Amino acid sequence: MSKLKVATCSLAGCFGCHMSILDLDERLFTLVDLVEFDRSPITDIKQIGACDVGIIEGGVCNAENVHVLREFRGHCNILVSMGACAITGGVPTMRNRFTLKECLDESYLSGIGLVDAQVPNDPEIPLLLSKVHPLHEVVKIDYFLPGCPPSADAIWTFLNELLSGRPIALPYTQLHYD
Amino acid sequence: MSGELSFTLDNQPVPFQDGQTIMEAARAAGVYIPHLCFNPDFAPHGSCRVCLVKVNGRTQASCTTPAMAGQVVQSETEELRDIRRGILEMMFVEGNHICPACEKSGACQLQAVAYYVGMLASPFTYFYPRRALDASHPDVVIDFNRCILCELCVRASRDMDGKNVFAVQNRGIQAHLVINTPSGKLGATTFSITDKAAQVCPTGAIMMKNQGYGSPIGLRLYDRESVKIVGDVAQAPESAGGRRHE
Repeated sequence: MSKLKVATCSLAGCFGCHMSILDLDERLFTLVDLVEFDRSPITDIKQIGACDVGIIEGGVCNAENVHVLREFRGHCNILVSMGACAITGGVPTMRNRFTLKECLDESYLSGIGLVDAQVPNDPEIPLLLSKVHPLHEVVKIDYFLPGCPPSADAIWTFLNELLSGRPIALPYTQLHYD
Repeated sequence: MSGELSFTLDNQPVPFQDGQTIMEAARAAGVYIPHLCFNPDFAPHGSCRVCLVKVNGRTQASCTTPAMAGQVVQSETEELRDIRRGILEMMFVEGNHICPACEKSGACQLQAVAYYVGMLASPFTYFYPRRALDASHPDVVIDFNRCILCELCVRASRDMDGKNVFAVQNRGIQAHLVINTPSGKLGATTFSITDKAAQVCPTGAIMMKNQGYGSPIGLRLYDRESVKIVGDVAQAPESAGGRRHE
């Protein structure tokens, strides 16, 4: 059987979920016997190819996030929303109760100790969306894996059940929102 | 058990005493029915609808429905689980329930019930409300963004503490918790951390100051065992029929 192709990326996240993937430790050796990583921080491949599974950490907070998310959806048969930020928007959504202008002003214009205060506007900086969104508000998501981050055990259970084609059921201690 | 009053809950006999609700009888028998606005120390409120069961085919709140002999009650069905999950999904989008940033996480009943009903993600659009915190009290801070309107603090303060500190204002989607003072601030009341009302919040809406993260992750109330096992059903006095879910 040819290996399944898996891509991963972090959008508006903290890379904590990817740290949790690394926490698989020696199980990573078993994993790479089963799957081949395409675009992922693990491989440093920048362009995603056709994949069986895409796993995304982090919500959607800027125009680039939308672009990457749509690219993943277009290239992956199965798209997995991993972690609190991908599933609910998470901590970054704490800005959603304010306007974007209020947030930028607070950070860049009225913050303490600022010199020559100005809001960054370099064209290479992706434009922020007015609100942070969970992934499933932008594209169809096939599976949700909660946690902040999901533990390595939860990721392991999830991947094993997914790869074996079984319905995914996490034990009680592996389902949590924090 | 002949001669005793009983009904069946998910095809198992549950004994009850006259005057008990389905929820109270189930709890005494050690059977968990998920709930949020119900608290065994208070008169039932029937507002959160999480404890919905089918009673002889009709959907009713088990916390307010009197137990009657011969009732056929269903709780753990796929249909009711879907309804309960839907209620939790709506609760999570109506407030700002950001578990990773909340001190109540791990010991939060809202979260624990969401785990129980298997909520992974909410399909509804998040409200992201902007409700100002009330940190005017020296010992307690109130985050109205986490309130689910169970009215347990309202009932506790009014019926047990005799202070009537809290109230719910307006109706429907406009309903929100208020503090019963001209300024609307908790600091202007006689509210104290020893009040029953300070202990009953099922979410992180009423939080103690000067303490936090007392239990490490992994050792918090709902970290290892489901609310079904370690929730208030665990403290219930046993009924004549004995316990099912120890």
